[in-house]
Amino acid sequence: MNPKNRRILRLGMALVATALIASGCASDAKPKEITLLTHDSFALSEGVLEEFTEKTGVKVNVQMSRDAGTMLNQAILTMDNPIADVIYGVDNTFLSRAVNAGLFVPYTAVGIDTVNILLRVEHDAATPINFGDVCINYDIEGLAELGVPPPATLDDLLLPQYEGLLVVQDPATSSPGLAFLMATIAAYPDGAEYDWQAYWTDLFANGVVVASDWSDAYYTRFSRSGGAQPLVVSYASSPPAEVFFGGLSEAPTGVMTEGCFRQIEYAGILAGTEHESTARLFIDFLLSKTVQEDIPLNMFVFPANTEAVLPQVFVDFTTLPESPAVMAPGTIHENRERWIQEWTAIARS
Amino acid sequence: MDPRVDSDRSLVARSPLGRKGTAAIIAVPTVFLTYFFLYPVVVITVRGLTPAGVFDPSIFLDVFTDPTLQGVAAFTVWQAVLSTLLTLVAGLPAAWVFARFDFPGKAAMRAATLVPFVLPTLVVGTAFLVLIGPRGVTGVDLTGTLAIILIAHVFYNYAIVVRGVGAYWERIDPSIEDAARSLGASRVRAFLTVTLPLLRPAIASTSALVFLFSFTSFGVVLLLGGFTHSTIEVEIWRQTTAYLRLDVASTLAVLQLIGVGAILILYGRYQRRTTVQFAHRAALPPRPITASDRLAVWGILGVSGVLVGTPLLILIARSLVGPDGSIGFVNYINLVDLPGRSAAFVAPSEAIANSLGFALVAMLIAVVIGVLASAGLSYSRRRVARTFDVFVMLPLGTSAVTIGFGFLVALGRPVDLRTSLILIPIAHALVAIPFVVRTTSPSMGAVQHHLREAAAILGAKPAMAWWTIDLRLVSRSILVAAAFAFAISMGEFGATSFITRPDTPTIPIAIFRLLGRPGSAPFGAAVSMSVVLMFITGIAVFIIDSLRTPKAGEL
Repeated sequence: MNPKNRRILRLGMALVATALIASGCASDAKPKEITLLTHDSFALSEGVLEEFTEKTGVKVNVQMSRDAGTMLNQAILTMDNPIADVIYGVDNTFLSRAVNAGLFVPYTAVGIDTVNILLRVEHDAATPINFGDVCINYDIEGLAELGVPPPATLDDLLLPQYEGLLVVQDPATSSPGLAFLMATIAAYPDGAEYDWQAYWTDLFANGVVVASDWSDAYYTRFSRSGGAQPLVVSYASSPPAEVFFGGLSEAPTGVMTEGCFRQIEYAGILAGTEHESTARLFIDFLLSKTVQEDIPLNMFVFPANTEAVLPQVFVDFTTLPESPAVMAPGTIHENRERWIQEWTAIARS
Repeated sequence: MDPRVDSDRSLVARSPLGRKGTAAIIAVPTVFLTYFFLYPVVVITVRGLTPAGVFDPSIFLDVFTDPTLQGVAAFTVWQAVLSTLLTLVAGLPAAWVFARFDFPGKAAMRAATLVPFVLPTLVVGTAFLVLIGPRGVTGVDLTGTLAIILIAHVFYNYAIVVRGVGAYWERIDPSIEDAARSLGASRVRAFLTVTLPLLRPAIASTSALVFLFSFTSFGVVLLLGGFTHSTIEVEIWRQTTAYLRLDVASTLAVLQLIGVGAILILYGRYQRRTTVQFAHRAALPPRPITASDRLAVWGILGVSGVLVGTPLLILIARSLVGPDGSIGFVNYINLVDLPGRSAAFVAPSEAIANSLGFALVAMLIAVVIGVLASAGLSYSRRRVARTFDVFVMLPLGTSAVTIGFGFLVALGRPVDLRTSLILIPIAHALVAIPFVVRTTSPSMGAVQHHLREAAAILGAKPAMAWWTIDLRLVSRSILVAAAFAFAISMGEFGATSFITRPDTPTIPIAIFRLLGRPGSAPFGAAVSMSVVLMFITGIAVFIIDSLRTPKAGEL
C-alpha cells in the first residue's frame, strides 16, 4: 500500500471513529420520535399516546403489523436493522421464541412492582402489559332455544346434548384457537391416562366445528351472528364488549369459567435500537395508569398494573376465571409445533 | 414467393421504436420489477433456506415427500384448473353481450362486475353463508366443500373474463363473423370456427390471470374451504405464523414459484402471436332487436346478475339491519361514531381518502410500468419476449407472505423504504402490473402496421408514430387495465398486510379492524363499510370506463 493510500485509510478510520462516538452520543440525546411495532389488535383512546409526547417531547410513530405471529417474524427478520424501537404484543405463546432469538434488551420497568409476580419473566427480558383469558362463550338465547343449560366444564362438552354446538379456531392460524388447545393440554396433559389427544378425539366425535380464525368463528359460525353453533371459543371479556358496543344493558353471552387459558402480552425494547433510553421511558409509560386504565375498553383485556382502576362496564360484565391454565412460555415454545401438528392430525382424521 | 408476404413478415419482426427504443422501453419495467420484486424475493428465500447460515438441501426432500404437502400441492393445481374453466364458462357469454350489444344500464352493469374484486373475503363469506351456509336460505350447506371455493372464485374472477375478453372482442370487426354467417354458418358454428380462434389471445390472457389468482388463493380457501382444504399459499402462511418455520415456508414458496413459472412457460408456448387485425373504426354496437337476440342478451345478463348480484344485494340488505334488529341506517351512523372511539377507530372519511390516494398512485405506477412492459413484449424478439413475459407475470403467482417479508429484509438499505408510505402503492402495483400487461398486450400486438407506416411517411419519428398511433389504438384496453389496477388497489389485503404500515388505514383495513371486535355494532359497521367500498369502487370504475366510450369513426 503506498503512503498516500495509507494516509487516506488513517483519515477514514478517524472519521469512522468520530462518527461512532457521535452516534453513541446521539443515542443518549432525545430523538424526535420513536417507533412502536405492534399487531393489528392494538388500540388506545385518542390522545393517550400524545401524553407521552407532552411529557417527553418525543413523538410515537405506530407501525401496525398483522397478527402477533407475523409481527414477531417481522421483528426477528429485521434484527440487524430494526424497523422499530419498542415492540408491543408478543404473547406468552411466542415469548420464548423472541427471547431466545435475542430480540429484547432486558429492562426492569418503573412500576413493575405493581404487576403480579406470576406475569413477569426472567431477567425482565420483556415487560407484561396486559392479560386476558380465552374461554368458551355461550349464546344465552341460542342455548335457551335448544333447552340446553350452559356447559360448566371441558368434560361437559363431550355430552351428547352439546353435539355439534361448539365452534373452535384452528390453533395453527388463530391465537385464541391455540390458547384453547393449551387449556385442554393443561387439563389433560401429555402422558396422562386420558390425555388431550384422547379428549380432542372425543370432542371431534361430538361434532366440534373448526373455524380459521376468531372473526370467522364469532361472526359466521356463532349462533348470535346467525350461525349454527351457540358455543364459541372467545374471551372472558367478550360479554362486556357486546354490552359496550351494542349499547345493551345485559350481556347476551356468557362465559364458561372452567377450561380457560391466560394469554399475557408483553412489550420489549428491541435490541439494536438507537434510542434505548427513550424506549425505556416508553415502556414505563405503557405500564403507567394513563395507558393501563385505557386498555380494558380498547383491547378488552385486563391491565397488568394492579393499581389501575377498571371501567364500570368491564367490572360489571366480565367474569374473571378463578384458575385459568397458565403455562411456562418455555414449555409452550418447546412443544408448540408438535402440539399443533398432532392436533391437526386428529382434526383431519 | 409473393413479395408482399415477405415485407409483411419483416414488419412484424421490426419494432416501431427501433432496437434502441425497444431496449429503453423494456429497461424501465425490468429495473422496477427487479428492485421491488425479484431482489426482495431472492433475499427472503435465501434467508429462509439458510436458517443456521448454511443451506440444508434436505428441507426440499422433507417438503417434497411430506404426504400432506403433496396433497396440498395437488389440490392447489386442481382447484385452480377447475376455477379457471368455470370462470370462462360463466364469463364468456357475458363478454359477448357486453362486446356486441348496447342496452340500457350497460355502463353501470359493466362497472358493477368489478365490485366483487374489492370485497374482503370474510364479508363475502357472510353473504355466501346466508345463501349456502348451514342455515342458508337455499337449504344447501356447501361450507367446507370444493364447490363453495369454486363458486367464490368464479364470483371474484368473473370480471377478469367479462371485461378482459369483452374489451378485445368489441374491437374485432363483426363483419368477419357476419361473412361466415352469410355463407351459411350457424351462429354457433360461426362462433366456434371464426370468433373463438380470433379471441384466443384474449382468452389465453385472461385464463392465465384467473388461474394465477386461484392458484394463490388465500382468504377464500381459508375461510370458506374449511380447514380440510388448503392451498400452498395458505400453507406458507401457516408455516410462517404458527410454526415460525421460515425454512419450510421458503421451500414452499420456491415450489410455488417453480409451478407458476412452469405454467407460464407452457402458456407462452400455447399463446401464439396474435395475427388479428383490429377494425380501424369502432362501430357502435347495436341494441338487440330480434327476439332471439333479446332473449340471449337478457337471459345472459340475468344469470350474471344472479351470480354476481345476489351476494352484493345480501350485503346491502344486511347493512341496513341495525344492531338491535331495526331497519335503517344505524350501521352507517355507527361508522361515523361508533361507541368507544379509540386510536384504532378509523374515521370512514380518512379510510376512504387513504384508499383513494393509494389506489390512484398504484394505478399510475401499474399503468406506466405495465404498458411499457406490454409494448416491450410486443416489440422484442420472440425468445426475449417469452422470458420477459414470465418475469412480468410472476408477482401474481408469488406468495404475499414472501413479498411482504421480502420487502422487510431487502429494502432497508441504502434508503429505508420498509416503513415508507410509497411501499403500499408499490405492493399494490406489483399485483396490478400483470393485469395491465395481460389486458393491453393482445391489443398492442394487433395494431396495424400500415397505419404506423403511414404516419412515418407523413414525417413522424418512430416515437411520435408510436405515441399517436399505437397508444391511441390501445388506449381503450389501457383504460380497462387502469380500472383493474384501481380495483386491485382498493381491495388489496395480501402483500400489503404483511408489510408494517404507518398508521394510514385503508377501507379494507378499517373493515378488518371492525371485524376483530365482538359485538353486533362493530359487525354492522364492518358490513356497511364494505357497502361503502362497493359503491366507491363501482363509481370510480364507472368514471374510468366512461373515458372509453367509443365515438363513431374514432381511431
